[in-house]
Amino acid sequence: MSNLLSLLVETADPRPEYLAKVLGVKQDEVERELAELRDSKTILGWMPILNPEKSASEEVRAVIEVKISPEREGGFDRMALRISRFEEVESCYLMSGGYDLLVFVTGKTLNEVAAFISERLATIEGVLSTATHFLLRPYKERKQMLVEDGLLEEKPPVSP
Amino acid sequence: MNPDQFVANHVKSLPRSGIRDFFAIVQEMPQAISLGIGEPDFITPWKIREASIFALEKGKTSYTDNRGLLSLRKEISKYVSSFFGPDYDPRSEILVTVGVSEAIDVALRAILNPGDKVLYHEPCYVSYAPSVSLAFGQGIPVGTSPQQSFSLNPEAFEEAWEPGCKILMLNFPTNPTGGTADRAKLERLARFAVEKDLIVISDEIYAELTYEGEHVSLAALPGMKERTILLHGFSKGFAMTGFRVGFACGPDWLIEAMMKIHQYCMMCAPILSQEAAIEALRNGTEDVLRMRDHYAKRRDFIVRRFNEMGLACHLPRGSFYAFPSVEAYGLNEVEFCHRLLREEEVAVVPGTAFGPHGRNHVRASFSTSYEKLVEASERIERFAESLASEKVDQTAV
Repeated sequence: MSNLLSLLVETADPRPEYLAKVLGVKQDEVERELAELRDSKTILGWMPILNPEKSASEEVRAVIEVKISPEREGGFDRMALRISRFEEVESCYLMSGGYDLLVFVTGKTLNEVAAFISERLATIEGVLSTATHFLLRPYKERKQMLVEDGLLEEKPPVSP
Repeated sequence: MNPDQFVANHVKSLPRSGIRDFFAIVQEMPQAISLGIGEPDFITPWKIREASIFALEKGKTSYTDNRGLLSLRKEISKYVSSFFGPDYDPRSEILVTVGVSEAIDVALRAILNPGDKVLYHEPCYVSYAPSVSLAFGQGIPVGTSPQQSFSLNPEAFEEAWEPGCKILMLNFPTNPTGGTADRAKLERLARFAVEKDLIVISDEIYAELTYEGEHVSLAALPGMKERTILLHGFSKGFAMTGFRVGFACGPDWLIEAMMKIHQYCMMCAPILSQEAAIEALRNGTEDVLRMRDHYAKRRDFIVRRFNEMGLACHLPRGSFYAFPSVEAYGLNEVEFCHRLLREEEVAVVPGTAFGPHGRNHVRASFSTSYEKLVEASERIERFAESLASEKVDQTAV
């Protein structure tokens, strides 16, 4: 991983002037590398990590275990890509173990998610079964704890 | 009642810590960015915290053996052998202490008779000189220099030696300078220690946070194990400052002498911290490497920025402190720190808090987030520019 990429992963701050300052390189060098990373699809996009309790999000999330039948040419890929293309699908992974795909789905309401699963996902030819679990409460998102951790108000500002 | 008559003379004569004075001022400014913190900004890895919680749940709330849990001493023995080199018998050559600070105190008290002399380098950790005084010893500080990146200079110790010297006390990598000691210089120092029949107290608390080259332990050099007390702990590398757990490794007769004091003044290190330390040694070394890599990147950033703004700063090869010179701006280190805090709300620590040889320098910890380091560096640069323009104005007058 390049210095720029590891810094981006660590700080999640994409401002070129900031990155250039930390890395000690020229801003246009950073801009060029960022463009290359985007063009090569190494960086796919940016998304804030929200605390649903504070962002007033009413979004419903479900995780679905999907069993599918692999195809003679293409294995699981064609089916996985077909499922992934739905707007409602947040992430989709090929899994080892008792099912084949793990699919994260979001929707505005429980009914909307349920309808997507029963009417769209489960009816795709080649989908053998689905098992849906609704997410009730997050505790950690993308390595971020949703409760404040390690804040010691009395931590001395100067120590030996 | 005259309180003065009830405070022992040798305590009364101890100077107040420069850190303490500065702490009082910074505490009044909670919005300031502090680069004055002498501890990791990482929280102790969860697996280590969890081990301590598990021990509590299991009801492990008793005293332990004065020397520490045997299971911990066995882990320490294995770790020290693989990381530092020498082999120590967990039953007789290792003492678990309440941080390295206690180990320093106990070691000095175990060895010194009143008036015995202790050679130590300076700038150094704040407790060295007071600990020697409290043990009724006489400290002989030996300066390390910015020209040599505050690294070990054995010739300076040889020149400073005088009859009555009994202990050589070292801390490489060093708080506050980040200075280190290379093998050739340590070998020369080892020959000097043997020739002058000195006991060496080698505080290697920052050993894992060595960024360039290898960390060489003095205790691993030929002839040194028998006359060295190797001090180490969990505060810095494993980010466990609040657990207060460290250890001393040394010859059995010295560990036994230290243990006598430890058992009466401390009894034992807290059992929950000892349990956490076991987990740290068994499963925490990867976390240490991860944190070290973070510190190394932050070090490169802050040292580059100090040099860009005219505060000459050597590259600290270990620890997590930069120690730039403020001499170019015509303020002494105390004035610099106070004005920087007042005018730009950034706290760094005057170098003289670590002994007179720290004059004209300040200690800035880079154990903090990029966000704060970037903001702090911009504020320091603005302050440095304002000092430079003051200087120009004075020249014009």
